[in-house]
Amino acid sequence: MLTIEEVRKIAALAKIKLTAQEEERHAKTISAVFEYMKILNEVDTEDIEPTFEVNELKNIWREDKAKKCDYGTELIEQFPQKYAGMLVVPGVFDND
Amino acid sequence: MRELNKLTIKEAYEGLRKKEFTSVDLTKACLAQIKKKNKEINAFITVCEDKALAEAKLADEMIQNDKATILTGIPFSVKDSIVTKGVRSTAAAKILDNYIPSFEATVVEKIRKAGGVLIGKTNCDSFGHGASNENSMYGAVKNPFDLNKVSGGSSGGSAASVADHMCFFSIAEDTGGSIRQPASFCGVFGLRPTYGRNSRFGVMPMASSLDVVGPMARTAQDLAIVLSFMSGKDEKDSTSVLSVVDNYEKIVENKIKKDLVVGVPKEYFEIEGINKEIKENILAQIEKLKKEGIKIVEVSLPYTKYAMAVYYILVPSEDSSNMARLDGIRYGMRDKKAKNLDETYSLSKAAGFHEEVKRRILIGTYALSAGYYDAYYKKAQKVRTLIKKDFEKVFEKVDLLITPTSPFPAFSLGEKKDDPMQMYLADVMLSPAAVAGYPALSVPTGFTKSGLPIGTQLIGNKMEEGLLMQIAKNLTE
Repeated sequence: MLTIEEVRKIAALAKIKLTAQEEERHAKTISAVFEYMKILNEVDTEDIEPTFEVNELKNIWREDKAKKCDYGTELIEQFPQKYAGMLVVPGVFDND
Repeated sequence: MRELNKLTIKEAYEGLRKKEFTSVDLTKACLAQIKKKNKEINAFITVCEDKALAEAKLADEMIQNDKATILTGIPFSVKDSIVTKGVRSTAAAKILDNYIPSFEATVVEKIRKAGGVLIGKTNCDSFGHGASNENSMYGAVKNPFDLNKVSGGSSGGSAASVADHMCFFSIAEDTGGSIRQPASFCGVFGLRPTYGRNSRFGVMPMASSLDVVGPMARTAQDLAIVLSFMSGKDEKDSTSVLSVVDNYEKIVENKIKKDLVVGVPKEYFEIEGINKEIKENILAQIEKLKKEGIKIVEVSLPYTKYAMAVYYILVPSEDSSNMARLDGIRYGMRDKKAKNLDETYSLSKAAGFHEEVKRRILIGTYALSAGYYDAYYKKAQKVRTLIKKDFEKVFEKVDLLITPTSPFPAFSLGEKKDDPMQMYLADVMLSPAAVAGYPALSVPTGFTKSGLPIGTQLIGNKMEEGLLMQIAKNLTE
């Protein structure tokens, strides 16, 4: 059972502000999901290797070479806030 | 005159070649259908009327100059969680409401290079999070066969746009059923290709180790045509695996080999609450195959019942890290009330994400956190190995598997909306192939007495998309 405090803690780690109603709903619904996950405890996975990639690919290398990027203007266009072609971001410290 | 928007790709291609009509005519016919129906169906978030007409004109020139492919001048739609250069791509989430991508997804680029006309971006569950399309921040998509029913999800808009003749085909994305389930609810063909068959570049990631991009169409042949243009290795996606692309268009036309063996996995037919009419329909398809002289054998995939739990650990886990990039800094919506960096993140996400997106981020953050990683994430990855081995073993004996796509037909709007666990269970027949990376196709094989489409799922061995489409064609002719 996930408590409201735990939901708050995870939400803070994930940096999402939740309303009180959301916290309540998430505690309830996520608890139900984890309850369902318990079914996996029935499975003996001793000596079983995890599958992170289904085709068992290992590292795919490419040459570390700079490429031309021809859409700089479009990228800057998407900045939520800009100044003279630069990205404006809020202050990192509260007393900035 | 024939209704142009109802033609198959092949018929449209022939008409274009014989100059019976132009791509502009086809595009106008689709736009007219969108104008007539989209208000009630809500399949599109963005319609590219002017752009599409301009592209159609260019396509007509390609045809004039003999530079056409079979897709030249054919209007198609793209799920809104797949980026399209210069065309708004929201993923049905307010955080990307104003996002105009500066690049194109590889699969879309390939179709457009072949002359396909992008008619619009289709509605979906936000970032693919859902099985009914009710988790869109732009309203639910309604089922063209019954406006009180859901279209399925997450690619509900794509399915409805094809089913309701607003375009000829759609490019969609499937993580755990997002192409196949809406295809079955809306009565169209929907293919989840092998993991790595197609490039994921430009497909907004949900769970990177499961996401695939595939086509939806009205005939098996159309599906084959589109897939042959989409597929292949891409240096921009290092998990795309094979450069050789089979001639799918030809394969679907081939006669079925008489020594083919089709497996019926008993676990799929024992699922609780499976609709009787659906079960009967799938059994009838099996009979049809038998009559063709195909050998049918009962098989068992004992780890099937764990696939859902594996899926709902792996997906939110990968999701939670993928979603972290949407933070209101470089693109998308930034909440104006934020007073510092921390609030910029937390308020932009609060306003820009659907509740289900938040839920998945929270589940994933929890499952990946220290102390829980081994119990949830790693455990799920180990059970995933066993599910994969189930498939490896069964494909030593059979060429493909036949199952229902969904245990029930399209359900009513609102029916499962407030109970995420019920919604998750809609994926019960869809998640095993996804977790293991195998291709699967939903084939429209009939209707319930109340007129709702039924889908039969064919699951194949890796890279056997051709065989799946060939059998699909056979079942629907």
